[in-house]
Amino acid sequence: MLKGKAFKFGDNISTDHIVPGRLAHLRSNLPELAKHVLEDADTEFASKVKPGDFVVGGSNFGLGSSREHAPLVIKMAGVSAVLVKSVARIFFRNAINRGLPVLICDTDRINDGDRLEIDMPAGSINNLTTGRLISFKPIPEFMLNILNEGGLMPYITKHGDFKL
Amino acid sequence: MRKTLAEKILSAKSGSDQKAGDIAIANVDLAFVQDTTGPLTLREFTQAGFKELANHEKTVLFLDHAAPSPNRALSNDHIFLRHFARETGCILSDVGEGVCHQVVAEKLAKPGDVIVGADSHTVTAGGLGAFATGMGSSDIAVAFALGKTWFRVPETIYIMLSGKFQEGVYAKDLILHLIGKIGADGATYKALEFGGSSISGMPVADRLTIANMAIEAGAKVGLFPSDEMTYDYLKVNGREADYKPLSADQDANYEKTINIDLDNLEPTLSKPHTVDNTATVKELQNIKVDQVVIGTCTNGRLQDIEIAASILKRRSRHSHTRLIIGPASPAVYREALKKGYIDTLISAGALIIPPGCGPCLGLHQGALGDEEVCLSTANRNFKGRMGNPESYIYLGSPATAAASAITGKITDPREVL
Ligand code: SF4
Repeated sequence: MLKGKAFKFGDNISTDHIVPGRLAHLRSNLPELAKHVLEDADTEFASKVKPGDFVVGGSNFGLGSSREHAPLVIKMAGVSAVLVKSVARIFFRNAINRGLPVLICDTDRINDGDRLEIDMPAGSINNLTTGRLISFKPIPEFMLNILNEGGLMPYITKHGDFKL
Repeated sequence: MRKTLAEKILSAKSGSDQKAGDIAIANVDLAFVQDTTGPLTLREFTQAGFKELANHEKTVLFLDHAAPSPNRALSNDHIFLRHFARETGCILSDVGEGVCHQVVAEKLAKPGDVIVGADSHTVTAGGLGAFATGMGSSDIAVAFALGKTWFRVPETIYIMLSGKFQEGVYAKDLILHLIGKIGADGATYKALEFGGSSISGMPVADRLTIANMAIEAGAKVGLFPSDEMTYDYLKVNGREADYKPLSADQDANYEKTINIDLDNLEPTLSKPHTVDNTATVKELQNIKVDQVVIGTCTNGRLQDIEIAASILKRRSRHSHTRLIIGPASPAVYREALKKGYIDTLISAGALIIPPGCGPCLGLHQGALGDEEVCLSTANRNFKGRMGNPESYIYLGSPATAAASAITGKITDPREVL
């Protein structure tokens, strides 16, 4: 069961909002880079977020660059899942590869600051603040196998190859 | 089964019949990283215990995003990448040797290839009929080690092009128009496949510009068939042996078809801060421009520099407008020098920067100041993209960019042609 507070963002949050290109010099210094997570969308996010919390976005979350640093710093901030209406393809794949669940659901039913509890196997989000239950789209099976191993590298280290 | 281009290539490279929705494990013909995604890839590779590359001749490290490096941290990343190249014997494309996607097109991509890169604009090589797509560092580390990766075979949206570009209208206007029409997530998870009567005469340079921006509609790939124009391009680059014809089957199964008549297109721009926020240039007159950038993997090719030079010939940039030109590769740069374009542009007040990404991602060379407006031929105008979240980026064709550099405000190129 994942439990935490929702940090709400709008539509089209790009990888440039999450880890701006101007900070490329910090990419080999991940702890330092992580201090700037989502900086261009909310300058205070990094100081407010607590382990277990959720990033809640709108549509086309994570569009833009292939930089895996984007889901990586979100995970490093302690975020336990990203909840969105829709997600850009590369960000989705990168997040799963890093063991960070991205759940596609109706995020209009979540407000900034709501407390959420997520039951991954059941596919449901309990909005403890509003009392509403929200369901999310199942993660495709092939990706779920990667997520369940904790990400792509643990998956490949364990299996030595892709398993269909 | 009748197949789309994406289904054809992934079937061939996975050795089994693939249709949209299937999961394919495909052999990779080329895998690459650049200097901002490379260090993480190489660390993942090493930490997972891999030592050898599946194919060192098909593995490339590009130093192009910070080229030359603006600071110590990035210089140290470059050292790390060079060292890895020496240890493993893979190809190193060092500082000054060009933007990855341009070099891939000139020297490496073949029709029918599967190409993966740790850079979202890897889709560019779709202009040559390659199934080319961007991925993150972990995926590329695995492709480096195993020489294969997995794909969900995408559904395809067919873009049927008819008619001809009118004066002042270019491939860039077409792709901006398309993204404006379908939206920044209009093709998420899908392949865009381009066809129709306008394709047969369309040079590969245009196809590369269009394929380059497929990702801005969320697409996995932007695919063109391989035909005589492809042959001509490969031949100019000394690679006619790499040619093979490739087209989708008649009556392949497309999710939908979008028709675009090139005759009706207008010079188009993306307004801040999303690529799908488009308008025609006519609708946007009188916006003052502080900086014009012509270059990047989208529009830094010879024909782009030629267009800019032809418009700026015997003219000057506006005194309030900086003009930065970045040839995408040394080959482009040398050809532009030989043809006199560089001389023309310098006479018009342009600053020529070395082949590389330049100001595109806000790392160096032309970062914007507060409230400044830039008109760029790049592919992204997200908030903060050019180094400053308090600035504004418009995206347009090299012709619109050159015309706007002359007047100092957003200008329809047909006014100065
Ligand atoms: S020119 Fe811009 S878009 Fe192209 S690879 Fe470089 S940073 Fe990316």
